[in-house]
Amino acid sequence: MFDYNFHWRPVLRTLPDLLEASLVTLQVAALAMIIGIVVAIGLALIRLHMRGPLRWIATAWVELARNTPALFQLFFFGFGLGAFGLHLSPYAIILMGLTFNCAGYLAENFRGGFQAIPETQIRAARSLGMNGWQAYSRVVIPQVLRIVYHPITNQMVWAVLISSLGMLVGFRELSGETQFFASRTYRVFEYFAVTAVIYYVIVKIILGASRLLAMRLFRY
Amino acid sequence: MEDTISFFSSLTINDIWFLGEAAARTLLISALSISIGTLLGAVFGWLLYEGKMVATLTLAPILDVFRSVPLIIQLVLFYNMAPIMGLNLDPFGSGVVILTIYTSALVANVARGGLEAVGQPMRRAARSLGMSYWQDLVHVVLPIGGRAVFPSWIGVALGVMKDSALVSVLGYIELLKASQILITRTQQPFLVLALAGAFYFALSYPISRYAMKLEQRWGQ
Amino acid sequence: MIEVHDLHKYFGSLHVLKGIGLEVKKGEVLSIIGASGSGKSTLLYCINGLEPIQKGQVHVDGTDVHARGTDINKLRQKLGMVFQQWNSFPHLTALENVALAPRIVKGKSKAEARGIAERQLGHVGLSDKLDVFPNALSGGQQQRLAIARALAMEPQYMLFDEATSALDPELVGEVLDTMRLLAEEGMTMICVTHEMGFARDVSDRVAYFHEGHMEEIGPPEQIFGEARSEHTRKFLSKVR
Repeated sequence: MFDYNFHWRPVLRTLPDLLEASLVTLQVAALAMIIGIVVAIGLALIRLHMRGPLRWIATAWVELARNTPALFQLFFFGFGLGAFGLHLSPYAIILMGLTFNCAGYLAENFRGGFQAIPETQIRAARSLGMNGWQAYSRVVIPQVLRIVYHPITNQMVWAVLISSLGMLVGFRELSGETQFFASRTYRVFEYFAVTAVIYYVIVKIILGASRLLAMRLFRY
Repeated sequence: MEDTISFFSSLTINDIWFLGEAAARTLLISALSISIGTLLGAVFGWLLYEGKMVATLTLAPILDVFRSVPLIIQLVLFYNMAPIMGLNLDPFGSGVVILTIYTSALVANVARGGLEAVGQPMRRAARSLGMSYWQDLVHVVLPIGGRAVFPSWIGVALGVMKDSALVSVLGYIELLKASQILITRTQQPFLVLALAGAFYFALSYPISRYAMKLEQRWGQ
Repeated sequence: MIEVHDLHKYFGSLHVLKGIGLEVKKGEVLSIIGASGSGKSTLLYCINGLEPIQKGQVHVDGTDVHARGTDINKLRQKLGMVFQQWNSFPHLTALENVALAPRIVKGKSKAEARGIAERQLGHVGLSDKLDVFPNALSGGQQQRLAIARALAMEPQYMLFDEATSALDPELVGEVLDTMRLLAEEGMTMICVTHEMGFARDVSDRVAYFHEGHMEEIGPPEQIFGEARSEHTRKFLSKVR
């Protein structure tokens, strides 16, 4: 069956470049997640407490992010903004697309999280003399974090996997880098196989780190 | 490049037809992968549920791989691996195979959750009435467990439908690839993206809302 | 002193409190009894500003609770509240639950707050549960924790909203004992309660609420002995 000559040597030689590109992947995914979480909390609170055009925009954001392919969202930031003359770098396209996507998905998780905290918790905090900000930051947010922790972890994994679309817009994260080498050496199979392994390891590391962090954060 | 953006111009009927065909291909590859993937996934889920240690040590890690490597990498890898294994698959075939396995990995988890959701007491009641293992499974577990995880399964199905866009990387002309071709040809990014986006949205949004309503109605 | 004057409260079109007027002096223990929905709990929420009012006034030590310029957070430090469902903070240990408000509202140092918390938890009999999370405590223990948490702010008045109604019968006693202790120590208390024994034995005065009106108010001997109002007597005969 296998009368194909595997050439692993060239791949292993470029391994440092691949690993460096992995860091780029992690960096862009992490940045998208951090911004995405902040935006998601905002979107969730807007959808829960406000009326009017702002709420409409927030809802549109969330529903568009959740009901269209990630690639489509990237196309929007690539082609769509391009029509306005705004030509973003591949990095910017990926970052904005990922952030848009993460914020939309996480907004739903946060909304559910906020709704799950009974109003009586805020009442108890206020009755002790805490102001609104203190009540939210000391009592509500820590509890919401517990609820959304698992979804956030999953979204981080998702962000890392979706960043592979950088390959299609010319961004040199892990997949883009792999594509670059593979197309030059025609060792497509070997390169993509190694990259698959690298992604698998990255995902496992993220999940493991998340579990460790959870054990430290949530002692109850 | 135009200075103004006009919404209603050089898109011909042929172009619309082109998009329509591509949309149909999206539906085709999605429907095929989702249906076969669901059946496979249900079987895997059952194996994971009943097989206990053996399954968790063998099947689970394998399925895990398919959820930890980006789809795009899986597609390219398989497409280049198939000839080595002696399989001559075109982009469509490779896409179906990978999407099916991917779906089954996701459905396996969902199915296992559904089986676990039914609970021992219910199944004990069925068995004590004299039902065989299979009768219990078909008449008690499937209806109850199925209802419990139907919303999650819808989520998986819609996700796969959106991810099918990635098969374009192999050259399969599904909707997003067609959109890209059209945009480059007609320089009408907004109109084309709006049409493509509308298709995905019109498919995904109503179905996911319906699933949410069912979930509420069934009191989960 | 807490003064309530011609208080009217609506929930939408529902007239829940119809012209309530009363005074609670320092050191007094007032019990409020009545059927569910008669507005008793709502009165407490109007006193510490958790609910707005439509007409009338509430003054705590001379400060108008609902006036626009009032620093409500400062005022609430004087009013401790214990809820029917205790509402302990599930993500903090017992000690942290009690020490939180003194630290972030009153600005006490970590050590000071810890000391206050340990003292109040001892006060309510939970010295051995300092580092336990609320989900590992019984209902009665969580309620005592809530009392300690309120006491840690050194309030001048304590408001109890049916503090024992959500507890299993065998746990009611420990909470009532704690409340009795506080009364003996001279705390000013307003207790909405269904525990007639407590109302009769511990209160200086008892008020009976009926459909949003304060039907009658007087010493326990009057209310439980020869109540002046027909409604009061009817209610008590059903309860006993």
